[in-house]
Amino acid sequence: MTDKIVIKAEGLTKQFGDFVATDHVSFEVREGEIFGFLGANGAGKTTAMRMLCGLSQPSDGKASVAGYDVAREHEQVKRHIGYMSQKFSLYDDLTVEENLKLFGGIYGMTPAKVKEKMADLLQELGFASERRTMVKSLPLGWKQKLAFSLAIFHDPKIVFLDEPTGGVDPVTRRQFWELIYRASDRGITVFVTTHYMDEAEYCDRVSIMVDGKIEALDTPANLKQMFGVSTMYDVFYTLARKAKRGDG
Amino acid sequence: MKALRYLLVKEYKQMFRNYLLPFFFVVLPFAMVNVVPRIATQEIKNLNLAIIDCDHSTLSARLMQKVSASEYFNLFAVCDNYNQAYDLLQRGDVDFIITIENEFERNLYRTGGAEVMVTVNAVNGMKGGLGNGYLTQIVMQYAGELSAENGTSVKHPVSVEPRYLFNPGIDYKPYMIPALMSMTLVLLVGFLPALNVVGEKERGTIEQINVTPVGRIEFILSKMIPYWTVGLFIVAFSMILAWKIHGVVPAGSIPLIFLFNIVYIFVISSLGLTVSNYSENMRQAAIVMFFFVVIFVLTSGLISPLSSMPDWAQEATRLNPLRYIIAAMRDIYLKGSTFPQLISQFIPLCIYGIVAGVWAVVSFQKNS
Repeated sequence: MTDKIVIKAEGLTKQFGDFVATDHVSFEVREGEIFGFLGANGAGKTTAMRMLCGLSQPSDGKASVAGYDVAREHEQVKRHIGYMSQKFSLYDDLTVEENLKLFGGIYGMTPAKVKEKMADLLQELGFASERRTMVKSLPLGWKQKLAFSLAIFHDPKIVFLDEPTGGVDPVTRRQFWELIYRASDRGITVFVTTHYMDEAEYCDRVSIMVDGKIEALDTPANLKQMFGVSTMYDVFYTLARKAKRGDG
Repeated sequence: MKALRYLLVKEYKQMFRNYLLPFFFVVLPFAMVNVVPRIATQEIKNLNLAIIDCDHSTLSARLMQKVSASEYFNLFAVCDNYNQAYDLLQRGDVDFIITIENEFERNLYRTGGAEVMVTVNAVNGMKGGLGNGYLTQIVMQYAGELSAENGTSVKHPVSVEPRYLFNPGIDYKPYMIPALMSMTLVLLVGFLPALNVVGEKERGTIEQINVTPVGRIEFILSKMIPYWTVGLFIVAFSMILAWKIHGVVPAGSIPLIFLFNIVYIFVISSLGLTVSNYSENMRQAAIVMFFFVVIFVLTSGLISPLSSMPDWAQEATRLNPLRYIIAAMRDIYLKGSTFPQLISQFIPLCIYGIVAGVWAVVSFQKNS
């Protein structure tokens, strides 16, 4: 981890009609950090993340990712990030290999480079035998691992993960976090949302959003100390039960 | 533009892995070119007829024979009175009633003229009009024959001998087939792109594309080019079918047909993609497209000629790309028109292509 700031949000806001999904949030993420972005359902996490990825225009405030403004230079931002959405979004009717070739090609990787990286990746994931398998016939846990590997396939500076382990069994979740650590070791900044408090413990720093605002932001150890509790679950519970918004 | 290659590989693979689409690309043109011209014919045949012969004479019997020998009419019933025949017409069994007057033969011999009444069911105006024409023709012929036999009149009956240009047999097929080809294209390469981008929205895969730096033009081209190639294949396939099945071949240049279709396919697939970009789900896209397809087909001149529409409607059809391609296809197929003669169809199609193409790219939003 370095002191270089790679994500900087200042008063970042997204409003849909009268509803303020993300309400003037400000934070900074340092290079190489694993940054946990927590919040109950409907707290505005995904909205904030979509703005940072250049998928959604901020209504107010500003943010820069990898040195580019998310409102004006969103296509530049996209060159330097990877993104794994909440909903599985690889092509079901393409094979593992074809998905990797497609996205490698879109990011401008040469065929030789794609081939080389693909061999490494399949080896690492133990997917070598599934190279020509249609993605739709993979089990969920494998799909999630593949989606993550694809999000960092082009060596982005930052990877955004939106609830990457939703619906995945504990063993696979553990393996998934090993992948995240490995990416972090390679110097990739990880920005991750989650509902699992054990996962929050794995993060270098954690922010907790309640009703569109960031209510707390620190290392898991400091947060526990600050709230005088022993687990991240209690920290989260103390903050999130104040929430007025329900599922949404 | 490097990414385009990879996107195209993806689109073609997805297209041919969908077992239904390639099937459509072959079956629909086959059905349109082979079957539709046979069933959607405007020739009127097998009209059912009732005759009331009040005279029961030799001459009236000959008239009855002549009418029922015609390929256009079936003699359904010979009735004794008008009410009985009218009842058949009401029930829909017959569309025409011929009443031969009481003193038919006597009047003919005595005065040289007699009356035949024809009652026509005009609910279907076209059928009624044409049938009446055929009947009148038969009766006039018969009258001519009779006067020749009796020598009552030596002057030749006046007859009009029309010369039909470009389609001497006034055959319906060479007129309909080129237009049906254009309609097939709307259904395949206009409708299917409309379901494409929105399909990616529904499956969520568009998110993964939107978060990459891929260009909007590249992405839209990757959606368009496969339909372009499929469309041109369909044109070629339909032309071969028209030739092999119906013996219908273009009088004009084949490259010109392809030139027109290259522009036309670009227009309709751009429109489809634009609809797709604006839609939130496939159902919405399908309903909007269905609306456009129905309006386009009805106002294209495919079925009813443009020149018989009211002026305001004729003006409105200028917005219909189908109008230009159908006119051009028919002219090339039947008249053998050349490019300079068709420039007034070509330019509007090109303008339409530019507008629709730009719109398809602009309406694709990677950031909202």
